[in-house]
Amino acid sequence: MFAVRRIAISVGTTVAVLAVLIGAWELYRWIWISAGWTWPFLVDDTSMPHIHTIVRALFEHPTSGFGDILIVQLLHAALFTAKEAAVGFALGAVFGFTLGVVMSQWRVFQRGFLPFVVASQTVPILAVAPIVVVYLGTLHVAAWFSVAVIAAYLTFFPVAINTLRGLLSTDRRAVELMRSFAASRWRILWTLRVPAALPYIFSALKISATACVVGAIIGEAPSSIQDGLGGYIVNFNQYYTLNPQNLWATNVIAALLGISFFLVIVIAEKLVVRRAPEHVA
Amino acid sequence: MTARRQALDWAPAAVVLVLTLVIWQETIAVFDIKRFLAPQPTAIASTFWDHRSELLHAGWYTFQEALGGFAIGCSLGILAALVLARWRGVGRALMPYAIAASAVPIIAFAPITNAWFGPFGKTSKMAIAAVLCFFPVFVNTLRGLTSVRPASIELMRSYAAGEIDIFRRVRIPTALPLLFTGLKIATVLSMIGAIVGEYFGGSPNALGVLINSRNATFDFEDAWAGIGVACAYGIAFYLAIAALERIALRGPSTED
Amino acid sequence: MSVVEIHKLTKRFERGDVLALQDIELAIEPGEFVSLIGPSGCGKSTLLRIIGDLIQPTSGTVTVNGKPAPRARADHDYGMVFQDSVLFEWRTVAKNVALPLEVLGWDRSRRKTRVDELLELVELGGFGDHNPWQLSGGMQMRVAIARALSFDPALLLMDEPFGALDEMTRERLNMELLRIWAASKSTVVFVTHSIAEAVFLSTRVVVMSARPGRVADVVEIDLPASRGALTREETRYFELVTQVREALHLGAELDEAVAQ
Repeated sequence: MFAVRRIAISVGTTVAVLAVLIGAWELYRWIWISAGWTWPFLVDDTSMPHIHTIVRALFEHPTSGFGDILIVQLLHAALFTAKEAAVGFALGAVFGFTLGVVMSQWRVFQRGFLPFVVASQTVPILAVAPIVVVYLGTLHVAAWFSVAVIAAYLTFFPVAINTLRGLLSTDRRAVELMRSFAASRWRILWTLRVPAALPYIFSALKISATACVVGAIIGEAPSSIQDGLGGYIVNFNQYYTLNPQNLWATNVIAALLGISFFLVIVIAEKLVVRRAPEHVA
Repeated sequence: MTARRQALDWAPAAVVLVLTLVIWQETIAVFDIKRFLAPQPTAIASTFWDHRSELLHAGWYTFQEALGGFAIGCSLGILAALVLARWRGVGRALMPYAIAASAVPIIAFAPITNAWFGPFGKTSKMAIAAVLCFFPVFVNTLRGLTSVRPASIELMRSYAAGEIDIFRRVRIPTALPLLFTGLKIATVLSMIGAIVGEYFGGSPNALGVLINSRNATFDFEDAWAGIGVACAYGIAFYLAIAALERIALRGPSTED
Repeated sequence: MSVVEIHKLTKRFERGDVLALQDIELAIEPGEFVSLIGPSGCGKSTLLRIIGDLIQPTSGTVTVNGKPAPRARADHDYGMVFQDSVLFEWRTVAKNVALPLEVLGWDRSRRKTRVDELLELVELGGFGDHNPWQLSGGMQMRVAIARALSFDPALLLMDEPFGALDEMTRERLNMELLRIWAASKSTVVFVTHSIAEAVFLSTRVVVMSARPGRVADVVEIDLPASRGALTREETRYFELVTQVREALHLGAELDEAVAQ
């Protein structure tokens, strides 16, 4: 079966890539420590722990005997962060899509809102995250929801822009075709424009999914929301020189969280979007 | 297009802007929200004006970090794209991993770069900015270099052009628009990387540190004024690259 | 009653102030196969779209089935086929054919029956579950024709549907179109660049000239109703092709005379 073969090759390549990366890490470490080079930075057990040290730390108790082993704690934290990111993602995607549709159907809305939507893309939204979380906290909004608001904000604008772009880029002849059998404007929207816009929308969703995870972590950090990955990062940062492997382990889990959000969208895209395979040189 | 027509085109946007500011201002006034909780736009503006020197200097400090990271990250991204476009098999195999790597929350590594390069220097934030800039530039440039129409390649081969020639005359011009798309994304990311990196620790001269400390003491007006400065630098950076793009892409485009 | 009646039709495009059509008079009877042929810019595609109410005329009247064109469109009196088959990539072949029926609100079982019928008619039975990109250009065009016929319109408007296909596929599809036309008993208005195609398919060929677009000549095609591959080798066929060709050149000469 071709499918089994392809999956086996993918898994094999992934393992190979990981092996190469781990090997490169250990090799770099060994060379730099042996030669005593300090550029670009000093290499020792603190700045670059052994990979096996990091892995081992996952199965130890970080809080000296209390609580679960690290990996269990981190997975709980990841779930917490994931919830914030997912809620924000859903809200942002729905509102972004709606705004995109509204802007596509009525030019006055497009002219009124689009400049701000585009300008907002150049705003360092992540920089605003901590302010929003602290500020909403003073309004007694639940901390996790404030973080979800950040994630929603990060999703909203790219989805709105790409929805609009996708909806407006429909083939003119396809629209003529629909009009030739007297399809109403809404029919044309749902039967033609939206399916045609799906590749654009998914491209925005892929970027947003990743951004939501980053936004959630950054939002948690300054307000030290203890339950999420951001809180763990802030905590382990304080004790970095004592236990560098804890921070590294947390970052590994954070990386896996980001990748899994991304993969979910990729899989969803494969299921929902049917297109001809591309032919490029 | 007549001037009147242009003015009419921008009218709805102006209306939205004015309405938003007015509603913001009035809601706070009407509901008598405490000043320290929610700043009015006028308050933010006056705070900015009072502290403009400090804010702009801090912004410049942070912008240097962003610029440095941008330069490093984009160069590496272009280089990597050129290399992988030349050896297509490797490129195709590694693409999914590059895309997955871009899904990693890079900024979460800010504490680690602080440990490596010291939290008070510019280097640690430049490193974050560089990694953030690398991926969009790499992915977009690679896509541009490899999305040439087969017919164009065949044409060049019919002139017995070598690989390098094909690169120069066809692939690179095709890649330029996408390269600039990546660069524009990178300008935004570089500023974010620098500022958010500073949230995890940085020099007191830095904008991110300033924003963070004002935030911690609930000086929201100051914090928002700082954000405004960050936005201004970010938008200026973006527009500069966009202007560069217009110059570089002047003339008829080679591919759609 | 004529299927299509066009009276003093004029179309001027604002952009570039182009007079695309001037004082067109045309009547098409039920069951006819009328080709519109002419050089680029003679307005034949514009005329087709005006009949289909996709473009509005500047002045003059267009009636389809005794109604003004907009009402005819709302009543689904005609189906259109374009040079690009315009199939939706995200739908299977069967769902593409069913598209107008969905818009018309037919229920699922009725749609399925009709789609199966149509795919048999265009000899694509069994391809219903394929994706559009898996079909050749000629097959995609047959799907587009099936789709246009799905709600059994009285009038079929076709804008150079075979223009993007190679000569051999084109001739084969010409014969298929005649078969489908006979089976569906519809009226066809067919825009083409090819003199051979126009003469082979039509009962009447309307020759148009450009700048401004007008009817230069009308050639009655008196070939027998049932036509096949051998028809293209008959003497009468060549005579008619020559007649149309000369009408086209006559139209072109008029152009030059007017231009001077």
